[in-house]
Amino acid sequence: MDWNSLILLGVLATSLVASGVIFLLAESRLVLRTVVNLTAAVLKLVLVGWIVWGVYQAIEYEFRFTIIEGVDFILRADALGIMFVGLSSLLWLFTTIYAIGYLEKAPNRSRFFGFFSLCVASTVGIALAGNLFTFLLFYELLTLSTYPLVVHRGTRESLRAGQVYLYYTLGGGALLLFGVVALHVLIGDTEFVPGGSLAGLDPSLHPMLIIIFLMMVIGLGVKAALFPLHAWLPMAMVAPAPVSALLHAVAVVKAGAFGIARVVYDVYGIEFAQSLGLLMPLAVVASITIIYGSLRALAQTDLKKRLAFSTVSQVSYIVLGISLFGPIGAVGGLMHLLHQGLMKITLFFCAGNYAETLGVHKISELDGAGERMPATSVAFTLGAFGMIGIPPMAGFISKWYLGIGALEAQMNWVLGVLILSSLLNAAYFLPILYRIWFRKRDRMWCEGKVLGRFETQASLLFPTLFTAAVALAAGILAGMPFSPLYWAELIVGREYLQ
Amino acid sequence: MIGLWSVPLLFALPLSLGILSLLVVPAWRPRLIFIGLPLLVAASLDVLAGLATIGPHVYRLGDWAAPLGINLVVDGLAVGMILMTTLVTSLCALYAWVYLRDHPTSTTFFWPLLWFLWAGMNGIWLAEDIFNLYVGLEVMGLAAVGMVALRATPQALAAAMRYLLAALLGSLAYLLGVALLYGAYGTLSMAGLQEVAANNATTQVALALIILGLLLKTALFPLHAWLPPAHGGALTPVSALLSALVIKASFYILLRFWLVLGPEITPEFTAQFLGVLGAGAVFYGGWMAWRQHHLKQLVAYSTVAQIGYLFLFFPLVTNTGPEAQRLAWDGTLMMLIAHALAKAALFLSAGNLILAVGSPQISHLVGISRFRPMSLFSFGLAGVSLMGLPPSGGFTAKWLLLHSAILSGQWWWLIVLFLGGLLSAAYIFKVFRMSFREGPQIDRSVTPPLTLDVTALILASAAILIGLTAHLPLHWLRLGSVFGVS
Repeated sequence: MDWNSLILLGVLATSLVASGVIFLLAESRLVLRTVVNLTAAVLKLVLVGWIVWGVYQAIEYEFRFTIIEGVDFILRADALGIMFVGLSSLLWLFTTIYAIGYLEKAPNRSRFFGFFSLCVASTVGIALAGNLFTFLLFYELLTLSTYPLVVHRGTRESLRAGQVYLYYTLGGGALLLFGVVALHVLIGDTEFVPGGSLAGLDPSLHPMLIIIFLMMVIGLGVKAALFPLHAWLPMAMVAPAPVSALLHAVAVVKAGAFGIARVVYDVYGIEFAQSLGLLMPLAVVASITIIYGSLRALAQTDLKKRLAFSTVSQVSYIVLGISLFGPIGAVGGLMHLLHQGLMKITLFFCAGNYAETLGVHKISELDGAGERMPATSVAFTLGAFGMIGIPPMAGFISKWYLGIGALEAQMNWVLGVLILSSLLNAAYFLPILYRIWFRKRDRMWCEGKVLGRFETQASLLFPTLFTAAVALAAGILAGMPFSPLYWAELIVGREYLQ
Repeated sequence: MIGLWSVPLLFALPLSLGILSLLVVPAWRPRLIFIGLPLLVAASLDVLAGLATIGPHVYRLGDWAAPLGINLVVDGLAVGMILMTTLVTSLCALYAWVYLRDHPTSTTFFWPLLWFLWAGMNGIWLAEDIFNLYVGLEVMGLAAVGMVALRATPQALAAAMRYLLAALLGSLAYLLGVALLYGAYGTLSMAGLQEVAANNATTQVALALIILGLLLKTALFPLHAWLPPAHGGALTPVSALLSALVIKASFYILLRFWLVLGPEITPEFTAQFLGVLGAGAVFYGGWMAWRQHHLKQLVAYSTVAQIGYLFLFFPLVTNTGPEAQRLAWDGTLMMLIAHALAKAALFLSAGNLILAVGSPQISHLVGISRFRPMSLFSFGLAGVSLMGLPPSGGFTAKWLLLHSAILSGQWWWLIVLFLGGLLSAAYIFKVFRMSFREGPQIDRSVTPPLTLDVTALILASAAILIGLTAHLPLHWLRLGSVFGVS
């Protein structure tokens, strides 16, 4: 066993071991828990940085062992997977810092951080999975490790949300399992290979392949919150803010979108999927979700709920990009996987800051918040501009590529969807910004906490500012090496233009 | 010599320890496990080593050839069951060693019964002829009934009585079948029967009686009514042993019979019918488990449900292709072993949770995740395997069964596996939901001794690990079976 395969296990083990250690720690061991959390997060980031450099130089990283005859457990770092790993490990570090501050003095922190680390381990596993079986393994583990986070508060409402979450995700997981097993029966172990591995199958199997595709995409669509499978997501907003941030920006919805990318690109192959006529329906569903999510977001009065429906809408950009037949659309979709993650986590961090510092949950209560919390509000504004797609924010670049990709794929109607959605984004974000910056404060905020030098706790403020800065940089520096755009082009160039 | 001296020890040792434990003063009874467990673990590993070196073989007791002597079959299946029994029973015995300190009256008979139970089970795993199987069944069955009665409350005695009736009826039917076969063919050996048994009315009636008796003992729906009160009401280590191992013994005999006589003699209808009963068990057991208010009753009904999966074996191996048959064999045995580990862990951790809150009611578990995380963690790991979610033995088993069902074109079993998984998720998460709830109660719980938590955790981890390393055990289990060649 060489170093290149062990390092993959190392990436997985950092959060897995951290999770085990944290579970065993007594509730009162605050310092030790924080040290374990941060050490693991930093260590993982270093390892991932190492692998990113290796993948850039086209070094192969692979780890495998046989589980049962014909089924292997495979971890492999390719350009697509490592992009997702990079996103999750970077955001894990910041969410951990944020969560330590956010949950200060809250009960059950050992449980929380234990599952939190387990959740990241599953996400990394999903990203590094080298075949459908391994993917499925971690996909279900993600369901199990996020449930305790959703119900963390233990209130009636959060337990209800947890139940709905389970209905959706376990049902979806079972469908995915069927699809994977059926594919296994047809062709054996389904490893992810660029260009897919199904194109050579007998044409008489094509109807079966379409059914399998449907089952898998429905199973994945639950987590990606595709309409009409999205209802769990806004309900899960009862969870603490770091959970919402992690669930929405990184782990769950992205796992779904990422899975769809894997199925389309690395199992079916984009050309074969196109020839089966699978891409058009996917694009239609994604478009419907984009518009529907935005419309519902418009109607929300609760800040986190509005952000949640915005997520429903934005994640479908990724799916839309995948379903556009052509490299430019693919670049747009894959890039948005990173962009949306950075922007949305910033927005959720901001929502958490408002809630923790000012006790504000409703949008109508935000009047004048910009004066009281300027730094948070700047971060929120950057995130919102990005979501609307105002240049030079990251979101603009995604939409630009998606638009060109749509034209290239001769699906001009997608352009209409993009424009309409941007207008709707503006319609639900600009009023918030107006309230924050231009309205006078009209009520007393219940500022319970004793604050330090900053407008809110440093552990809440700095992760927010950092992610906002990265989101900004991703847009401004899109032309630089290792920007999301650069990496997405690398993926498309390396894997999908073969 | 490797693998030979230890074969008879596997039942001679527990039998002598059982008798010895009746002779020593009560205070010494529990301590015998510190002699017995290491020896039995060593003997089991030695049998495994024997299988690995000289392959599947028949061991002649005292070197007498059958029909005069007793033949013991040492193939992959038998050795797999022996290892499973040793692991689960050893851990349950350690658990009981601590747990029974609070039940001084029960200890008197628990230990002798445990040894007899163990001897009976090992006898069944090894027996080659159908009469010795009966002897094993009776020894094990009577010991099990005695263990259920240990609590000596009116409910426990009533449950034990029902169990006794079911067990005796089952054995009686089985014995009748054996007598018919012996009368017709003059042999009791499985191998002998396979050669001479013809497809006629006698064989069919005998086989029907045997199947019926074994179904009753395995508690397959709708013959399951005795199980929940017996398993749910017993002392915790007893519940674990009964649910994890004892019901598997009668299923094992059924499996052996099916491999020898089934395909030629029973019509395909029987296989499908057994599968349908299994499906009924999965649905009914899952539904009833979800409706329970007592934690251990929930776990007991979960056993009723999980037994159902095992019976999908019969339709999946009857008149299907060799690949589907092999997958069904692998999947069923993986399911059997994973269930044994997970269910023992589930019962033990449920016992710990009950000790912690001092009440068997699920609704009293409010907020338990805060102060008994380790017990709940074991419960959760075991639950993952029972729900068939990865990574776990239950998942690997389900994967294999799904694969087999698709390959053999029997898509209707997919629905059973699909809904069964969701139902088990419903009842497992029912417990979890309660444990995460923040109630008005203050945190107030008894801390059970560490041994209780550790034994449950080891079993639960084993249920998870076996799913990831299934390759090796499945390879062993195929040694000496008709599915050996792939």
